[in-house]
Amino acid sequence: MWRRCLWRRGISSSAAGWWDHVGAAPKDPILGVTEAFLADTSPRKINLGVGAYRDDEGRPVVLQCVRGAETKLAGSQFLESLPNAVNTKLVEESVQLVYGKETDIVQERRFAGIQALSGTGACRLFAEFQRRFYPESPIYLPVPTWSNHHNIWRDAQVPVRTFRYYHPDSKGLYFGALMDDIKSAPDNSFFLLHPCAHNPTGVDPNEEQWREISHEFKVKNHFPFFDMAYQGLASGDIDTDSKAIKIFREDGHLIGCAQSFTKIMGLYGHRVGCLSILSVDENQAIAVRSQLQQIARAMYSSPPVHGSLLVSTILGDSQLKALWEEEVKAMVARIIRMRAKLRESLEKLDSPLNWEHITNQVGMFCFSGLSPEYVDHLARKFHIYMTRDGRISMAGVTTSNVDYLANAIHEVTRFGQEDSSQRRSFNAFIPHISYAN
Amino acid sequence: MFESLSSMASTMLCGFSSTPTTSPTLQDHCKKKLKMGSFDRTIFSGKKKRNHSIKTMSNQIHDRRGIPWLPLRFLIFNRRIFIYFLSCGRITLALAVNVSRFEGVTMAPPDPILGVSEAFKADTNEMKLNLGVGDYRTEELQPYVLNVVKKAENLILKRGENKEYLPIEGLAAFNNATAELLFGRDNPVIEQQRVATVQGLSGTGSLRLAAALIERYFPGAKVLISSPTWGNHKNIFNDARVPWSEYRYYDPKTIGLDFDGMISDIKAAPDGSFVLLHGCAHNPTGIDPTPEQWEKIADVIQEKKHLPFFDVAYQGFASGSLDADASSVRLFAARGMELLVAQSYSKNLGLYSERIGAINVLCSSADAAARVKSQLKRLARPMYSNPPIHGARIVANVVGNPELFNEWEEEMELMASRIKSVRQKLFDSLSAKDKSGKDWSFILKQIGMFSFTGLSKAQSDNMTNKWHVYMTKDGRISLAGLSSVKCEYLADAIVDSFHNVK
Repeated sequence: MWRRCLWRRGISSSAAGWWDHVGAAPKDPILGVTEAFLADTSPRKINLGVGAYRDDEGRPVVLQCVRGAETKLAGSQFLESLPNAVNTKLVEESVQLVYGKETDIVQERRFAGIQALSGTGACRLFAEFQRRFYPESPIYLPVPTWSNHHNIWRDAQVPVRTFRYYHPDSKGLYFGALMDDIKSAPDNSFFLLHPCAHNPTGVDPNEEQWREISHEFKVKNHFPFFDMAYQGLASGDIDTDSKAIKIFREDGHLIGCAQSFTKIMGLYGHRVGCLSILSVDENQAIAVRSQLQQIARAMYSSPPVHGSLLVSTILGDSQLKALWEEEVKAMVARIIRMRAKLRESLEKLDSPLNWEHITNQVGMFCFSGLSPEYVDHLARKFHIYMTRDGRISMAGVTTSNVDYLANAIHEVTRFGQEDSSQRRSFNAFIPHISYAN
Repeated sequence: MFESLSSMASTMLCGFSSTPTTSPTLQDHCKKKLKMGSFDRTIFSGKKKRNHSIKTMSNQIHDRRGIPWLPLRFLIFNRRIFIYFLSCGRITLALAVNVSRFEGVTMAPPDPILGVSEAFKADTNEMKLNLGVGDYRTEELQPYVLNVVKKAENLILKRGENKEYLPIEGLAAFNNATAELLFGRDNPVIEQQRVATVQGLSGTGSLRLAAALIERYFPGAKVLISSPTWGNHKNIFNDARVPWSEYRYYDPKTIGLDFDGMISDIKAAPDGSFVLLHGCAHNPTGIDPTPEQWEKIADVIQEKKHLPFFDVAYQGFASGSLDADASSVRLFAARGMELLVAQSYSKNLGLYSERIGAINVLCSSADAAARVKSQLKRLARPMYSNPPIHGARIVANVVGNPELFNEWEEEMELMASRIKSVRQKLFDSLSAKDKSGKDWSFILKQIGMFSFTGLSKAQSDNMTNKWHVYMTKDGRISLAGLSSVKCEYLADAIVDSFHNVK
């Protein structure tokens, strides 16, 4: 059949290479930014693309608790028969972290938990599971959301729908529209929610709003799937950041949750995460888990062990865990300081635009409202790199580059054009990846 | 959703009564109940309140109403709606609560390979032997962490390297080292940059990336897999939605290669199929084609314009020599053929749990390789974003350091020799113990970790049930799990099972 494609293109199949019809893929909108940044030779360059934490010198950070865990592990004789035990421990620690150790869910083992390849892997496992058991059912993604969410559900062949979330004018939550979209979606739909530090906007519902959302989900019997990538990195407190999940659990929802240790423990390259799906009882949890394992088996067999050893060592050791919580608070504090500094610098420059959202938004990212044209301009002229939807990773901002950044933003935006740029930047929410060759 | 529910309900009704007018009532009733948002547990006519699970409810109906049992569970789309029938055919609704969306999810069948280890663990007999999973064990039957791996890990720890994301395609040093290892450092294809290498999650992950690439760019094209093959191959292609069919490979009569069957099945497949070949140490049989046979296989693949797709999981581990074990791949490459190679360091570097491997695509040009690499990245991003770093660093350190590399080759030679020596010992024990004159020399002809004993399922079951020897039901034993002191016991078990169980 593919050979007919070649014939249609007028290519002789005997002379054709197998891959002639394969075009170059577009760069990933987030990871492609780092590639462009690395290729830039300017000494002033700043990478505000990918959400990887940097210290105030702009250097990558390996947390002390991680180094502590490494030292602790280095002495032990690691045997490859351990992985199952390690994976189980990782899942135990993960579910305790997100649901709480003393909760009935954890005590009665009413969760199907499986270690996953960070948040991406956890979402993908869930998407494949959703398609397997609800093949016609779409996933509802917020507008905007992390661009890779669209890729994940699309590659799992789950139809994607969206619901309104962010209002570009107020730069806050579009709550009325959000509730309307929840109500108008067909009953029993699958919804993806960011429980804290929404990526890319940094805009989260408050507690009352979460309660209303949860109630409406009950009425409509929607399935809430949480992508928890920033537990601790939003407010600095682990429990505060899982409040939304607690609200839903208290309302009786049997949720799904993807967890990532990538940012919260600085284990980017290790790909450690967890997928959990809550169930009515332990038997059902076991059945669901067996299906998830089967999906994982055909994708990568089993997850890499090194990172999960680090995570379970840290969470299982009270001293290391306490150290970790302190380090998370310190990361959050630095990001909050940088937010304040950036806003202050822009206001000092008498920028005509309103920059309140820089300090209102929560978590690692600032949804600046800059249009793709401004973003391109910042890259070309000022060697400042961010994703084209105007998302700035505040972790990449330092005391020494914040003024340069503020000046650059001011330069490109000083002549107003706020209205048209906001509308254009709203259109940038549509993810760029397509199937075109 | 209600429309489909009510229409389905109407269809079901036809079998029992003729009151189709209930459908609108059903819909309204549903909507009204749900709008209340209450967890109303009334069933039947709403007069009695009981706390029922769906299962007991359906049993109740069966018992009380004398209705032939229906698989009512399949009607439950909505966790809060439950339908049952009264004998007169009227439908009424009830609400069940706290039923998960995934109520109907059943237990997946246990994995045939990994399930063996689980059964072994549960066995308390002291003579038990685990010849299931292909993980290398020392003579003391302990897992083996290679010295070079420990040294590499110490180097990594000392350097205090960061834990940043790898690029989607993985660690560049790792990718380069892997392609060179596979094709040979001086192979022109390396210099011409015609190999697209993307780090993958061991062999499985690399196979899955390739399968996804095939599904996207060659929709409908088939992958031909050997009969038998590694159990997970089928799962991978099924989940990737790539059709597959089998070519004959194992001849139970000779306990050798059914070469004619293999060639004719490859010839019979539609042109432009993908032919999955085990580069060396075929899993599960241990039976590899000879160099002459490889040439003929390449001939027929070229004739049919198929694409060869190698699964190389044992390079260096089969014969002890990295180059010798890659000779099949290099033979095809030397003919100018394009090909796919999924590669794993699980066995040859003992990095099972670090999940380190690669998918390599040898293309006709550097441009094609660049394009293919970009598309592999596009497939990897929604699977796991970027691959894990630890295993890649270990490999890069070992392969990139001449001293460590040499030491690695020595350790591989040791592992391969231990397996060859238990093969010999097993053969000697079988020949001594089996007085029937059966020729057991196929054990010596096979290569790699596994041996296909020729035992049937019933005979394999006997091995487990009577002798506490755990193996897969296709008659495969993992010699990596056999120590020389246990060879005689194993020989006894095999002789008994072969001759006394039909």
